[in-house]
This record gives sequence, C-alpha cells and structure tokens, in this order.
Amino acid sequence: MNDPAIQARGVHRVFGKGRKQVIALSDVDLTVADGEFVSLIGPSGCGKSTLLRLVADLDASTSGEITVFGKTARQARIDQEYGIAFQQSGLLPWRTVAGNIELPLKLHGVNADERRRRVAELLELVGLSDFAKSHPDQLSGGMQQRVAIARALAESPRLLLMDEPFGALDEITRERMQNELVRICAETGAAVLFVTHSIPEAVFLSDRVVVMSPRPGRITGIVDVRADGMVPAHDRSAGARDEEGFFRAVGEVRSLLHGTPETAVTARGVDTR
Amino acid sequence: MRFRGIVLGFLGVATVVAAWDLYKGLGPEQGVLLGDTRILPRTTDLAMPHSWEMVQRFGEPVTSLSGAPDAFNAVFDASMFSLGLAARGWLLGVVVGLLLALVMSRFRIVESALLPWVVLSQTVPLIAIAPLVRRWGSEIEIGSHLWTSEDSVAVIAAYLAFFPVAVGALRGLKSPEATHLDLMRSFGIGWWRTLLTLRIPASVPYLLPALRLGAASAVIGAVVAEVSIGLKGGLGRMVIDYAVAASGDPAKPWAPIFGAVAIGLVAAGAVGLLGLVLRPFRLTGVAP
Ligand SMILES: Nc1ncnc2c1ncn2[C@@H]1O[C@H](COP(=O)(O)OP(=O)(O)OP(=O)(O)O)[C@@H](O)[C@H]1O
Ligand SMILES: [Mg+2]
Repeated sequence: MNDPAIQARGVHRVFGKGRKQVIALSDVDLTVADGEFVSLIGPSGCGKSTLLRLVADLDASTSGEITVFGKTARQARIDQEYGIAFQQSGLLPWRTVAGNIELPLKLHGVNADERRRRVAELLELVGLSDFAKSHPDQLSGGMQQRVAIARALAESPRLLLMDEPFGALDEITRERMQNELVRICAETGAAVLFVTHSIPEAVFLSDRVVVMSPRPGRITGIVDVRADGMVPAHDRSAGARDEEGFFRAVGEVRSLLHGTPETAVTARGVDTR
Repeated sequence: MRFRGIVLGFLGVATVVAAWDLYKGLGPEQGVLLGDTRILPRTTDLAMPHSWEMVQRFGEPVTSLSGAPDAFNAVFDASMFSLGLAARGWLLGVVVGLLLALVMSRFRIVESALLPWVVLSQTVPLIAIAPLVRRWGSEIEIGSHLWTSEDSVAVIAAYLAFFPVAVGALRGLKSPEATHLDLMRSFGIGWWRTLLTLRIPASVPYLLPALRLGAASAVIGAVVAEVSIGLKGGLGRMVIDYAVAASGDPAKPWAPIFGAVAIGLVAAGAVGLLGLVLRPFRLTGVAP
C-alpha cells in the first residue's frame, strides 16, 4: 500500500530517427501517490498523451523506468491495476451500455451474477441506470463519456488514467462531469492521472497540477493546489471554483505555462477562462 | 418501408418490360443506326421477341419430340443444378477468403506479399483457368472421391467468390479505431480474443456486402464455368443449346437467361437473410 501509484524516473521517449526525430519526452520524473489526483497540462504536442500511454503500457519508453504500484508498467497492465478513458469514448457500438461496462469483467472471467451486480452499481454511480439497455448511438456525448468512465472503473482499479475525457464536451456538461468525477473519486479513493487543456479544470480536479512544455516535452513545474489552501481533491465541492485558493493556483499554473517567473499573487481574482 | 420497397421493385421491373415492348412495337425494323453503328437493336421477332412470348415459352415443351418436358421444368432443374454448384463454390470461396483476410490482417508482411496476387488473380480470364482446374483436379484423390466436372465448376465459382470476401473482410478486420485497439490492449487480452471481441464484430458491415458480391460472382462463375468445362445439366450448357434454336424459336434462348437472373436473386436474397441475423453488429459510427 506504500508503493506510489505511479513512479516515473528519467523517462525519455523519442519517435522516429535522424532528421525526423521527435523528442516527445525528455527526462521526465514524476511520482503520483496512492489516492492522489494529478493533472498534466501543457500546449499541444508537449507529450501529455505520450506520458499517459507509457504509464498504461500502450507504448514503450526509449529509456527510463516507470512503475505502477511498484510493478513494471507491463505487469500492471496485465494485472488490471488501472482503468483508462480517452477523449473518444471508445464504446463498442454493437454492445449495449451494460454490455460495454461489463466487457472488462467478462473478458477476465467474472461470472454473470457478479457482473450484473457490479454493472448495476456502476450505472448508479454514473447516473445512467435507465439506459442500461440503450446502445451508445442513442446517448449524448456526455452520457457516452460517463459510460466510458464506468467501464474504466469496472474492476475497481486503484489508478485511473484519463486522456482529455471531457475534451469534446460543452462547457456546461463539462463542469457537471467534473463535479461527478470528484464525487466518483471520493467514493472509490482511486489515484488519477488526468490529461487536460483547461487550466480551471486541472486546478479544480487536482491535488497537484503538472505543467509541461514542448520540444522537447518536459515538466516545467508542478503546482500543489493544496498548498494554495484548497482541500484535498477528493473532498471538493462545486463551490471550490470560487475560492481564493483556486484563483491563486490558476494564476500559478498560467504563469508556468507562459514561462514567466512566479507571479502567483498578482493573479489573484483574475478571470479564469 | 418494406412494403414500399416491394412496390418500387415491381414498378422497376414493369418499367423495363414496358420499355421493351414499346420499343419492339414502335421502333424501326432495322433498329436505330448512327452512321454505321447500331445504337438500338433491330425490332424483328427474331431479335426481340415480345415479353409475353418469352413468358409463354416457359409453358411449352422444350422440343417437339414427344415426352419432352415443359421449358419451365427444364429451366427450373437446370437452375437448381447451377445454384447448387454456385452455393458450393460460394461456401468454399467464403472460407478461403476469410482465412486469407485473417492471415493478412494478422501479419503485415503476408498482406504485402499476398494482396497483389489476390488482386491479380481476378484478371486471369475464366476461360484460361477452366482447363487448368480440370487437369489439376484430375490428379487429386480425396479418399474414394473422384474429381468430377462438378467439382471443377464449384472451384471456379469459388475462384471468383473468394475475392470480394477476402478484400472486404480484410478492410473490416482492420477497421477498428486506435482507441478501441488501445482499450483491448489495456484489458490485457491478446490477438485472438481481440479478434473475437473487436475485429470480427467490427468487420460485419464490410463483410455483408462482400458476401453478397461473392454470391453474385459465384453464380456467374458457375454458369460460365459450366460452358468452359463442358458440364451438362446446368444453365451454362442450356444457354448454348437453346441459342442454337434461336432462328426458329426466338423466345427460347431467353428462358435460361431468366433462370440465371432468378438464381442470382435467390443467392443475393439468401445472403440478405444472413444480414438480418447479424443485424446488431451492423451498428457502427458512435459519435465521439
Ligand atoms: N506514434 C507517434 N509517432 C511519431 N510521433 C509521435 C507519435 N505519437 C506522438 N508523437 C509526437 O510526440 C509529440 C507529443 O505527442 P503527444 O500526443 O504526447 O502530445 P499531447 O501533449 O498529448 O498533445 P495534445 O494536447 O494535442 O493531445 C508530438 O510532437 C507528436 O508529433
Ligand atoms: Mg494528447
């Protein structure tokens, strides 16, 4: 239980060879504690997805070491230590909502009764109990994304990996989904690695926000949102968006993103959008 | 919806029939010529029998010999014979096509090596492969089964049918998006279970039209191969035999042609039924 959820040490990832070589990640060190919510933020192409895919063992690093709960990334994937959700919901269109959520359970040999019980629980959790028998094309984008999150949670993983899961949603749906994610995380106690483009989203959801910059992709700074006076991520409520600490953290993240030296205090009270 | 489809179908056929008889009745005897090129056919009884004559012909005996069966019975028997061969060819073609698609989707290198040949195979004229199939077939002995001309015809039908199936299934098996493939990997399942869970269901929308195309190809293949191999009993030989009678009995050569159209429809319809069974898998394209 003392092993951190994610530990990355000296991770490099280089795509291509020679002239076309792209250094997607350069010397990345990152630790995500058990139960901690960490967001990755940065301009397009800075290697956020690449880092997440390395943790998920969907891709292999060029050098460096990644462990998930003390195991190699590969072993963690095989042991189903994490659940994953992408920008595209990735639901199988020929399966019903319930069929999609139970898929990982089914593939790992969980019996039918147990599956039914778990699916009902998860549908309740994401508020889609009435849609168990619908097909994905009958749902709105936000509902599809909630199904995808339920599927990621199906095996009660202690780690959730999410790559811009709300990226395709409108602002209103997005805030509602953020509130729901906070609630879900509080209920499951899972650690989360969350990729986003939105500063307020990162700050609202996270214990720590990791700011990255491109060419080569690297970590330029980490903002500890709790140090700005916010409660731990899992205990937040919608009102946290109006707290002073929230704006302070937003300002810090923004100045890190723009590469200007720390001017956190002056950022207080600015518009967050 | 279904009812409307049927009505429209009948209307389409009726239009063709009406156009035929109208042109036959009103068009010039020598057809329509543009310079030296005839762009519309002659309207003589010899070239264009009336549609009702063609239908009537089905009720009359095949030949004037006593005891000759109705043309309808003769064409029906020949159609069933050819349909049977086409079905055997289709099954064989589907199995071969699916297996090819599977190995091509599994191994990149096999795809690069094999796909050009698969495409090239369809440019070889049937007439050229018919004697080859027969010669090679005669060397094959499976248990006590001796290679027959029927087998040759079925193999040639399969030769045409496997192509759309192989190409369609390959496209279908490779159709899942990167997100879906990543997801399967995150579930920690291997190639085989990814195939069953994701690739095969995802290939259904590509597979159904391919199977239907394969069925039509198998029918054409069977009929043409009967001619090339010289197999009696099916529509292929009947087309040739009846054509000889054209001068004295102009409606007669049309009978086996209608037979071929009919089995083509039956074959495509049978595959359509398969589509009904696989209906759930035809759902695709979720909004992201
Ligand atoms: N499979 C790949 N082959 C070659 N280059 C790649 C590959 N995947 C990513 N890259 C490169 O690595 C860099 C980082 O990509 P990555 O997808 O991680 O960025 P990102 O931070 O997720 O961007 P975005 O915010 O747009 O999603 C980019 O320059 C990209 O071109
Ligand atoms: Mg990305």
